Amino acid sequence: MALLEVNNLEVYYGVICALKGISFHVNEGEIVSLIGANGAGKTTMMQSTVGIIPKRGGQVLFDGQDITKTPCHKIVKLGMTQVPEGRRIFQELTVYENLMMGAYTMKDQQEFKTELDKIYDLFPRLAERRKQIAGTLSGGEQQMLAMSRALMSKPKLLMLDEPSMGLAPILVDQIFSIIKELHAAGTTILLVEQNASKALEISDRAYVLETGNITLSGTGAELMNSPEVQKAYLGG
Amino acid sequence: MEVILSTLINGLSLGGIYAMIALGYTMVYGIAKMLNFAHGDIIMVGGYVIFVVMATGNPLLAVAVAVIACVILGITIERVAYRPLRGASPLAVLITAIGVSYLLQSLAQIIFGSAPKMVTVYEFGSVQFLGATVQVASLVTMAVTVVVMAVLTLFVKYTRLGRAMIAVSEDRDAAQLMGINVNAIITITFAIGSSLAALAGLFYLMKAPNVSFTMGAMPGIKAFTAAVIGGIGSIPGAMLGGILLGVVESISYKITAIAPYTDAIEFSILIIILLVRPTGFLGKKRREKV
Repeated sequence: MALLEVNNLEVYYGVICALKGISFHVNEGEIVSLIGANGAGKTTMMQSTVGIIPKRGGQVLFDGQDITKTPCHKIVKLGMTQVPEGRRIFQELTVYENLMMGAYTMKDQQEFKTELDKIYDLFPRLAERRKQIAGTLSGGEQQMLAMSRALMSKPKLLMLDEPSMGLAPILVDQIFSIIKELHAAGTTILLVEQNASKALEISDRAYVLETGNITLSGTGAELMNSPEVQKAYLGG
Repeated sequence: MEVILSTLINGLSLGGIYAMIALGYTMVYGIAKMLNFAHGDIIMVGGYVIFVVMATGNPLLAVAVAVIACVILGITIERVAYRPLRGASPLAVLITAIGVSYLLQSLAQIIFGSAPKMVTVYEFGSVQFLGATVQVASLVTMAVTVVVMAVLTLFVKYTRLGRAMIAVSEDRDAAQLMGINVNAIITITFAIGSSLAALAGLFYLMKAPNVSFTMGAMPGIKAFTAAVIGGIGSIPGAMLGGILLGVVESISYKITAIAPYTDAIEFSILIIILLVRPTGFLGKKRREKV
């Protein structure tokens, strides 16, 4: 059974149709990516799935439960967390306080400490800077903090919206290897990326989004070799 | 010397009142991103509640009931008038807030009439301090202000809820993604602001023991000015702006030549600050994301 299933998702901004009824699913244990150009609707799809942007129509099922109308703040508890585009860490709070916010729905102190230690093991850099104001971190560190913050809630499904945006190539590689690590540790991942080659390389399956429609789907390797994808997204 | 001391104490206590009101403006602005122009009228409602409950002759009961009534009123206003407009244009919200302000004033006028009512909450009397005559009520106001500011600062900085408030004020969507219930945080913010307005109303009545349906207007607008001078959205800014404005007002009233122009002087400070430092003393420049 699919962990996340989205059916006929429709989103409008005023009279403009941003998503024209798209359907996709993510199975447990997969890395699924959604690639597409600027303005294709990738972020809209991410945000409407979790209810930040209202949906006009369609249905969202997570872990067998209908969450179409569930308010955004209740979705974290169900096990789905999103790292928003542009990182959006809390700049005025410290690294540690950001991680606390990530664990906002977690009531158990012991559980919180365990998760915190895991994060500090995974990102020793953040452990060093735990008392630093998050706004003063470098771009790469901020991305790591944004991902860590999301991981604090122990999600079954981690949604990443353009994690490589604005980062130097060496950091992009690092972020992608972290994604692979998280996946290996058992987290299901839905990835939205403009960096199509990197995304397809690590994905089990992928969808291509073009101006509000899903135009192609397949395994990562299939799409990597598809002439359309090569022409439009891989510079081939 | 005595004059300076008593003027200063007067100014600090008046400033404390402004600061308490300004905190309501600034917190609501920071977290709900709106100017609640009905905030001053909460003071007025608090004043009338104190007036009514003082019929029992128990000042503590009057204050407690006023705080509770204002909290309920603040939450209700947010729920009924502002929440349906979440995401609407700032202008629509602003106009609604002004409408709520007039609604509260008109209701008070209908219920209690236009003539001001005298209310004496409690006579603290005065003491001699370094040769100056000091109203004990002023000292109490200052002490309560200090406690309120300390508690609020610690609350925001060191509690889970306080940090969630900072998170919501910085980035509402990201806060939702963490599982923070933004509506609940906004409700709590209105509750805190309204309870401080009730307290401010109490201390205002100790300075000028008249309740009228317009009594909230002037302290409201002064406190709003204080919040902007200090940097709207900033909690320490509201405290600083409030106290600064209170001291300026108190000094200006003591100097006969400029006393009639006191209000003008205070609002001129606002204009100068807006020209020189538009973000106020402690306000931050927010980077606008595109």
